[in-house]
Amino acid sequence: MSAVIEVSGLTKRFGKFTAIDDVTLTVERNQICGLLGRNGAGKTTLMQLLTGQDFPTAGSISVLGGNPVENASVLGNVCFIKESQRYPEDFQPKHVLKSAPWFFPNWDAEFAARLVDDFRLPTNRRIKKLSRGQLSAVGVIVGLASRAPLTFFDEPYLGLDAVARQIFYDRLLEDYSEHPRTVILSTHLIDEVSDLLEHVIVIDEGRILIDKSADEVRGSATTVSGTRAAVEQFTASREIMHRDGIGGLASVTVGPLSAEERQSATAAGLELSPVSLQQLIVRKTKVSSTEFEQSA
Amino acid sequence: MDDSRPIFLQIAEQIENDILGGSLAEETQVPSTNEFAAYYRINPATAGKGVNLLVDDGILYKKRGIGMFVAEGSRARIVAKRRDQFHTEFLLPLVAEAAKLGITQAQLAEMITLSPITTAAPATAASTTEEKLA
Repeated sequence: MSAVIEVSGLTKRFGKFTAIDDVTLTVERNQICGLLGRNGAGKTTLMQLLTGQDFPTAGSISVLGGNPVENASVLGNVCFIKESQRYPEDFQPKHVLKSAPWFFPNWDAEFAARLVDDFRLPTNRRIKKLSRGQLSAVGVIVGLASRAPLTFFDEPYLGLDAVARQIFYDRLLEDYSEHPRTVILSTHLIDEVSDLLEHVIVIDEGRILIDKSADEVRGSATTVSGTRAAVEQFTASREIMHRDGIGGLASVTVGPLSAEERQSATAAGLELSPVSLQQLIVRKTKVSSTEFEQSA
Repeated sequence: MDDSRPIFLQIAEQIENDILGGSLAEETQVPSTNEFAAYYRINPATAGKGVNLLVDDGILYKKRGIGMFVAEGSRARIVAKRRDQFHTEFLLPLVAEAAKLGITQAQLAEMITLSPITTAAPATAASTTEEKLA
């Protein structure tokens, strides 16, 4: 496998505000990668830098082997679907679908037509008159049917109902299986997408908190709960990610446990419960960055 | 899919369950990685990892250009492996919960005797399990 995105020491400041703070990361080819984080964490800024829509303050970016800024050979292979896609005045969805092949050499019109049916998108209505969910569907269809080797989805489904989101996930998986490509999916709906992801990047306050394979992240935390004394004893020598308690009971989130450790915890009357990706990210991004550094 | 364990392990386990339960017979073809991915709504790479795990264990084998097949004797191997795990995964939690509820050893034994194994599982597997528990 080779890297599609290589970023080193990347920093972006807007005046005094540092949106991206010394970020170094690589994304391997043909992975579905989740770019997760809270509002204002820097996800969109990072994607704008990666697609040459903004200039870094410092650091280097290589996308598909080149600098993305004003670079047709790179940008022709990139598709970036934003949260609020903008289209020319008076455009209808059919105009978008008709013009898409000019920008995306791998465009599959037949696939796009099937997606239009799936999402029940009216193609003859002016885009201004579409509902919020239908507007999102236009972006999702373009993102999928463009089959760009590197596709970014930035919160693609604002206003999409649960059925439409499920269609999006199913079609993404199906098409990705047949036409492997790199997909960067940025979203708040972490629980919904966590099984789709092969790699997870979590960004908070412009810095990378997690950059791991989804399987590694999945096993990386366990919540231990039971009586305060037993929990304290079991977790005494471990790094603690999160602590909660009520009365004589405590529940503490710690790192991965081995099979023996699990057994001894059960023997001590403690209960172990898994931490979902979403919970893990909530725990990791809630603490202030200084606290996080101590516990990391 | 639950959150506690890597998905690829759960996929491998699910395939093993299908072999144990008889829905995947030995020497038959198993669904492709992409079919597993679509069915369980997971990343194809993850599904592939689960399938490869079973290939490494000799449960599945690859026929070039055709696909994955269930190996001969795999069912017996899965049974043997699962029996090794039975003690830690089922018996210990059972005993721990019984202790919490103040159920005595004798009471627990009686409950087990009064819950005969009636599934379609092969007789040999059932009888040895019972012997171990008693």
